[in-house]
Amino acid sequence: MSLELKNVEKKVGIETHIYSTSLKLEKNTINVLLGSTLAGKTTLMQIMAGLDKPTSGEIWFDGENVTGKEVQKRNCSMVYQQFINYPNFTVFENIASPLKITGVKPDEIKERVGKVAELLKLSAMLNKKPDELSGGQQQRTALARALVKDSDLILLDEPLANLDFKLREELREELPKLFEDRDCIVVYATTEPLDALMIGGNTATLLEGKVIQYGKTLNVYKKPENLTSAKVFSDPPINIAEISKSGEMFKIKDNNAQWKSNIKIKDGNYKIGIRPHNITTYKEGNNSVEIDGKVLISEISGSESLIHFTSGKLNWVSLSNGIQQKNIGEHTKLFMNVDEFLYFDTNNRLVSNG
Amino acid sequence: MWMSFYILIQIIDWYPMAKITLKNLSHTYLKKPNNDADWALKDINIDWKDGGAYALLGPSGCGKTTLLNIISGLLKPSKGEILFNDKDVTSLNPVERDIAQIFQFPVIYDTMTVYDNLAFPLKNRGLSKTEIDSKVKEIAEMLELTPTLNNKAAGLTADGKQKISLGRGLVRSDVNVIMFDEPLTVIDPHLKWVLRSKLKELHQKINRTMIYVTHDQIEALTFADQVVVMHEGQIVQTGTPIELFEKPKHTFVGHFIGSPGMNILPCEIKNGQVNFEGKILPNNTSIKKTNFNKMQVGIRPEFINFSKEGIKVKIKRVSDTGRHKVIDTECSSGSIKILANASAEIPSDSAHITFDEKYTYVYGDDWIIE
Repeated sequence: MSLELKNVEKKVGIETHIYSTSLKLEKNTINVLLGSTLAGKTTLMQIMAGLDKPTSGEIWFDGENVTGKEVQKRNCSMVYQQFINYPNFTVFENIASPLKITGVKPDEIKERVGKVAELLKLSAMLNKKPDELSGGQQQRTALARALVKDSDLILLDEPLANLDFKLREELREELPKLFEDRDCIVVYATTEPLDALMIGGNTATLLEGKVIQYGKTLNVYKKPENLTSAKVFSDPPINIAEISKSGEMFKIKDNNAQWKSNIKIKDGNYKIGIRPHNITTYKEGNNSVEIDGKVLISEISGSESLIHFTSGKLNWVSLSNGIQQKNIGEHTKLFMNVDEFLYFDTNNRLVSNG
Repeated sequence: MWMSFYILIQIIDWYPMAKITLKNLSHTYLKKPNNDADWALKDINIDWKDGGAYALLGPSGCGKTTLLNIISGLLKPSKGEILFNDKDVTSLNPVERDIAQIFQFPVIYDTMTVYDNLAFPLKNRGLSKTEIDSKVKEIAEMLELTPTLNNKAAGLTADGKQKISLGRGLVRSDVNVIMFDEPLTVIDPHLKWVLRSKLKELHQKINRTMIYVTHDQIEALTFADQVVVMHEGQIVQTGTPIELFEKPKHTFVGHFIGSPGMNILPCEIKNGQVNFEGKILPNNTSIKKTNFNKMQVGIRPEFINFSKEGIKVKIKRVSDTGRHKVIDTECSSGSIKILANASAEIPSDSAHITFDEKYTYVYGDDWIIE
């Protein structure tokens, strides 16, 4: 079983919503679509579900061309950002509804609803109506309805976006476990890089209707093929600078920081990307470069400290462990972890990761 | 971009001062409350100094929106009083209180242009055309809305619309306090960083009273100097972000602050010592009172280390977030989460762990024992 998009393109009038996209999603995988608002995540999912037709290209499922096949005839379920449940049904009836439609016997319905309710911690709420539930429980009910069907394809469109921070954290942790023993393909859309990292699986980075990169989540994070993918997959935003290389010496143009490295690329001009946690108020790793930063603002969350600073002409963000109290305008030493630098050529393609 | 910021600071410089005091506030939505659970707010006492950056933090249903509505005058409390600069304002309506409020979802006029939306609160107050024009342009520049000033608001994205809402809240110069009710919920992550640090920088430069209501710990902790944590209608702790992280006074604070939150597990007290998993846990308090229904030990994932001996755990799952590894482990008392560096070597099957004594706390019926 696999879901394959072959040169799928979507145009609305003269506007292109999805540029030619080819993707192959395998059975038993969770696939994260990561990108900001209007990146094309929802459109792509609607095309996968059959709710929307591509302008050109084909969708293949399990070796069959399903382009144009109606959503009702596909074995697919979807969960949205808004909690969608039947208000007059109890939680039990809500979860059971897709099974009733397909004529599953009452005994089996009871068993399957019971199982999935247990998994989603809804057992005690089966007789309640959705409006008696918290937001988290309402979304669990919607998730349970999507799971009970044994769909081949489960599409989750920012399902945690409307939940409280703590509930989001909790459900995000449970989601991968829910799908562990299921023979299905899961697609999960989100704007949050941390969601992708916590969920694992595969990730596709998206920007303005284009899939930038697709691969194993940690691999996309650690080896972004290009600067765009690195930017999409960084929160807080990745720090970028233009550099020049001559022999073993590398130099940032805008603040004159220098370091040695034996990575094998030609002499010339490049860009580096440094994620905020690789610039810290203490040395980390075996090779670090010291820079002087002038503090713009510092934010402390108790466990970690974000320092926004300028260095030469650069306006950057650093993220350190612990409490690093800094005043506005203060000059402070910061250390960049050279082993974690991402190097890009002038066309923004990755040439080396540390 | 920074230049425009200073202009905004000048505008806000005329804001009047306001100290806010909440005295014995309680509120119920019921006519005849029967028990404790019928009260949405239970005896709230707060002293907010003029010019502070404060946050009200808690999950949905904790009472923070009720409290916000009481401060702004949309709701009259069942008991207690609200003072602005020691003057009782409990019976004043929102307009008389002069408060700027920014809501979770954009409150704008879709059919008006961005410009007219920003100008609206000023027109209502009878400012001259030239005054309005200069203020609108300054705010628009600061929020990077200048290129869209002549567009209809309807065509903007959700975060574009929310920026207009923020602008409408900030454009007035005659308010006592600026209140933000989950203002960044609809904003994309990368823009959240920008807007949040701008708000914080703005506050640090001008020192006006701002109250930020949110369920998002990161937003509360990074924005506010003092965070009020609410749970089931009560204040469970007020403190700086560091205090809330390092020494949670209530198990709810331990759980709610930090990601992942504090590990909270059942323990026993024998002869004033903490017994956990058959071992005596070192901790820095002497425990005298023990007649609680529930005794628990709390330790944050950041303060647990792998060691040769100690508490035996099974490793269940390791998630690599790029920056950290989050390790799910299990012992007979329950599950324990551990946070380690991304480069750390993690034992594969079972392991021994120890808790950092300095950050190990004991809780009796959810409140810290000191």
